[in-house]
Order: sequence, then structure tokens, then C-alpha cells
Amino acid sequence: MSETSLDTPDKDAETSVTEKAYWSQNIRLLCTLMSIWFLVSFGAGILFRDFLDQFAIGGYPLGFWFAQQGAIYFFILLIIIYNVRMKRIERQYDLDD
Amino acid sequence: MTTQTLIYLFVGLSFALYIGIAIASRAGSTKEFYVAGGGVNPVVNGMATAADWMSAASFISMAGIIAFSGYDGSVYLMGWTGGYVMLALLLAPYLKKFGQYTVPDFIGTRYYSKAARVVAVICLIFISFTYIAGQMRGVGIVFSRFLDVPINLGVIIGMGIVFIYAVLGGMKGITYTQVAQYCVLIFAYMVPAFFISFLITGNPVPQLGLGSTVNDGSGLYVLQKLDLVLQDMGFGAYTDGSKSMIDVFCITAALMVGTAGLPHVIVRFFTVPKASDARKSAGWALVFIALLYTTAPAVGAFARLNFIDSVNNVEYAHAPEWFKNWESNDLIAWRDKNGDGKMQLGKGDPFEGAPEFAADTGASGERVVANAAADDNANEVYVDRDIMVLANPEIANLPGWVIALVAAGGLAAALSTAAGLLLVISSSISHDLLKSTFRPQITEKGELLAARIAATAAIVVAGYLGIYPPGWVAQVVAFAFGLAAASLFPAIFMGIFSKRMNREGAIAGMVTGLSFTFLYIGWFKLWSPESNVAANWLFGISPEGIGVIGMLLNFAVAIAVARFTSAPPKEIGWLVDKIRVPRG
Repeated sequence: MSETSLDTPDKDAETSVTEKAYWSQNIRLLCTLMSIWFLVSFGAGILFRDFLDQFAIGGYPLGFWFAQQGAIYFFILLIIIYNVRMKRIERQYDLDD
Repeated sequence: MTTQTLIYLFVGLSFALYIGIAIASRAGSTKEFYVAGGGVNPVVNGMATAADWMSAASFISMAGIIAFSGYDGSVYLMGWTGGYVMLALLLAPYLKKFGQYTVPDFIGTRYYSKAARVVAVICLIFISFTYIAGQMRGVGIVFSRFLDVPINLGVIIGMGIVFIYAVLGGMKGITYTQVAQYCVLIFAYMVPAFFISFLITGNPVPQLGLGSTVNDGSGLYVLQKLDLVLQDMGFGAYTDGSKSMIDVFCITAALMVGTAGLPHVIVRFFTVPKASDARKSAGWALVFIALLYTTAPAVGAFARLNFIDSVNNVEYAHAPEWFKNWESNDLIAWRDKNGDGKMQLGKGDPFEGAPEFAADTGASGERVVANAAADDNANEVYVDRDIMVLANPEIANLPGWVIALVAAGGLAAALSTAAGLLLVISSSISHDLLKSTFRPQITEKGELLAARIAATAAIVVAGYLGIYPPGWVAQVVAFAFGLAAASLFPAIFMGIFSKRMNREGAIAGMVTGLSFTFLYIGWFKLWSPESNVAANWLFGISPEGIGVIGMLLNFAVAIAVARFTSAPPKEIGWLVDKIRVPRG
């Protein structure tokens, strides 16, 4: 799906290379973070809940804790990490706003 | 001061505050009306988003639902927070960079098609009206119970307040009233939660209290005790739940994706200055929301324990005062099945349907219920789950000002969400239907006037739905999330992440997702409710969770159709490139 057609000037092509590299880094980061998002909610809170419930955090069975508390804390953490990492990636490619 | 005076005082003060803010922040241009001028601080916007998002359902109903469904309630906790990760990572920054006023704006421009824009407007209006009817009912309930005002008058007062700040102030007025409303509602939610957590566990922090031991000397953890007590009474364990795993999975997913696709939430991120502010703002929004959402399961569990303690096997003559208060509001009912004068709780319905009271009173002085008998179980008490949060301060014997605070908080939650919904409805009509589709020559002033008229009309319709709630309203809240997940989310997502997605694919996908989900929910909720049992469901997925399948169908159809039709024009490729990069 190459957007850079032959008739675009060189300068645009260069920008486009930077932008492509930036975008693929963004996609990689997104894949990592969304996998964690899936694991802490659908994984720990639903699919592996019965297994995790044999462990406990205080009075919480672990799977139950993920479903009603932990997943939410992880969600916040994920957004913070994304904010910090993206800022760095955008600066690295000189594309920040 | 009596509790009643305090309630009037708190509610009156909070209303005066909202109106004051509204007058101070009137909108002078369409940009101010649609996106508050686009210069809102990300933290402030996060707070406004939290109030916008947390509705009467979050504030009033959610803890009650969790109290009565235990683990199954997790679908709401994860579903209504996980969507913010999708918003922050996948949608908000790019939509902000796109830089327009509405969600149909994006879909219409990205898919270079008026038809796509109109399909998006239809989805948006349907989703938003379904949602708003519930808010108005919430306003009515709070008014009738706490202020002794008839439900209808309560709804009309609510409409008047929303009218003032939504019509005058547009998004600008709404933003700053929502900030005030967040403060009121979170304070109102946390204060009784601290009290009750301390009362039951000795630990005032509800999130920790739920994981602590009960204060009764038994040494049992709260959740252990709940499991034991409930199993003794014939219920399943609190930490187990009764829904199948696939259903829990799908409902959670439908709520998450639906949240990320709800127009009134998405437009909040159009009000910040920069793309990076949009994702920052989504993070703040989730922090503010999480405060309530991590407290709710604790409130639910404590309320259930408290409720059982103060009602089960207690003589009706000695029933606590709140029990009789809510009974006189039709939300609690007792039928003495075994004639011992005591109230027994248990599994199953005490009688068929919601209580219909006869005029006379029974042997113990209770209101007689005229409903058909349900004698296959020993449960004698009907309780509307919505009252758990509202009655909690009374159940726990908290002081009058806490009760007054909860009343003001419930109203704040309902009004802030209603205002946000009214705004997206009015802007989709004035901006998307008039300005961008049917009347492009309309002036700025004319568009602003049209927006105000549309908002007024929407308030009247919403109020009508609140006063004469059609039977189907409660049945179709599943529509809002399912439809958002199945129609808007995939179109927006692919518009950002796939340059190849074209007009034909997006429209075919939206129409497929929308109609499949609509028909499935409609069939089981409206046309054939008697067949709404797990055995008849597709793959065992309930109507609440079917939006996920609708979403998958949308993606599949869109990708297939796009493959066999021509690629989008070159300008669209440039547009997508521009959206993906924060600078510029």
C-alpha cells in the first residue's frame, strides 16, 4: 500500500520515510499494549479466572480481583505508558505537536 | 435541620451552581457551541468526560446490579472502563488531529460520501436517544423519592435545568457544568462508601475494605462471608456468578468497544487543543472514572450484606424505616407467604413481575401486593436493585446530610450525561444534516440558531420519554452499546488504520453490523421476549453481548467489499497520513 507514487518530489518522499518509520513503531507499541489490555481483562478476569481464584490478594480471590479491581488499575497504567512512550517516539522523529 | 430541608438545600445549591456556570460561559460561535472553542485543558476535559460518561446507570444502578449478581457484575466494571484504553490508544488522538466537530464529520469526510455521513447520523441519533430516556427516568426517580415531587414534575424541572446550560452554553457551558457535576457526584458517591466500609470492615477505603475481614469478630473476609451467607440462603456464591463464560466475554467486549464508539464520549476529545492532549485527557478521564468504578463493587458487596442483616427474618412490624419509605415508593414489596409476620429472603421471585399494590394493608400493616403468586420458592421480598445506592446511607444509618448529598449526586450524574447526549444529537442535526448535507449555504449564525433549536427539540423529546417511559426503554439499553460497537467503531477504526478501506466497504460494513445487531436485539427483547433464553441464543451469546458479533461481521463485510471495489482517491491517502502524525 505504498502511497509515495513516482511523481512526488524527493522532499515529500523523505518525510514519508520518517513518517512510515514512526508509524510502524507506533503500531508495534500498540500491539504490545493492547495484548496486555486483553490479558489483564479478558484473560485474568474471565478466561483464566477459575485458575487464578486459587490464589488470593487479601480477601480477594485473584481472578475476582482482576475482574472487579485489577483490570481497571492496569488500564490506567497502560494509558500512562502509552502517553510517555509516544511522546518519546514523536520527539525522536521530530513529529510531536 | 431535618433531612428533608438538607436535601432541598443541597439540590438547590447544586442547581444554582450549574446555572451560574452556564450564564458565565455562553457560546458565541458554532466552534464554541460544538467543541467549547477547542481550547479546554486536558485534565479539565478528563473530568468533564468522566461526568459525561458516568450516567444515572453508573451512579444509581451499577452497585445495585453488582450487589445482586456478584461476579457477573464484572462485565460492567471491565466493560465500561476498558473502552478508555481503546479510546486513548486507537481513536482519540487521530480524531482530534482530524479536527472537526462531530463523529459523522469524520466518517463523511474519510469515506468521501454523504451517504456514509447520513448512515452515521442515523446510528448516532438512535444510540443517543436510547441512552437519554434512561437519564430522564433517573432524574424523575431521585426527585420523587428525595424531594417528594411527583416524577413528572421532577422530569420537567430536570429538563429546564438542562435547557438552560445546554441551549445557552452549548459544549462550552456543558464542559464547565460537567466539571462541577463530577465534583458533586464523586463526593456524593465516596462519602457514604467510606462510612459503610469503615462500619463493616474497620477500613475506610472501600477498595481495601472489600478485601478485608468483617468487623463482627468472625475473622471471615467480606467476600467469604457473602459467599457463605448467600449459599446458606440457597443462592449461588457471590464470587461465582451464573452467566456462561462466553457470554461474560462477549458482553464485556461489546461494552468496551461500544464505549469507544459512543459519539457523546468521542466528541469530548475534540475540545482539547492538540492530538497528544486527547490521549492524555483519556487517561485523566479513566482516572476520574476509576475512582467510582473501583468503589462500586465494594458498595455493592457491603450493601448486600447490610440488606440481608437488616431484613432477613426480621418481623415486618420492626422493619427499618427506610424499608417502609421505599415500600411507599413502590420499589420494595413484601408478601408474607408463610404467614409468620417475618420477612424471609431467598432465591427466586417473590411473586410474578413488578409489584402492583392493592389499596388495603395486610395483617402486619404491609402494603398488599396484587400480583400472581410464585409459590415455587420461599422468597418474600421484592426489591428494585436501583435503590441500593440511594438507600445505602439510610440502611447504614448515616446522618441526614449524607442522604442529601447522594440525592444531589444522583441528579448531577443524570443531568451531566443527558446534556452531553443532547449536544451530540443537536450538532448532528444542525452540522451534519443541515450544514454539510442538505443546506450548505446556511450562515454561521443560522447554523448556531439551528443547533439551539435542535437541542430544544431534543430536550422536549427526551422529557417526553422520561414522563411516558415506553415499556421498551429498559429493555433496549443493550441497543446503545451493541449498535455503537457494531456500526460506528469499526468504521472509525478502519478509517484511521487502513488506507485501503473505501466508501463502499465502510457503508456495507456499517449497514450489515447495524442491521444484524438491531434485528438480533429486537427479536429477543421486543418481538419475541419469551424466546430470550440461552438455549435459543446464537453461540450462547445474549442480546447484551451480540454487538461483538455485529462488529466482526462489520469488519468482515467491509474488508471483503473494499477488496472488490476501487481504492479510495489519492486525497484520502493524504488525509489519513495527516491524521496519523501529531505535528501540523
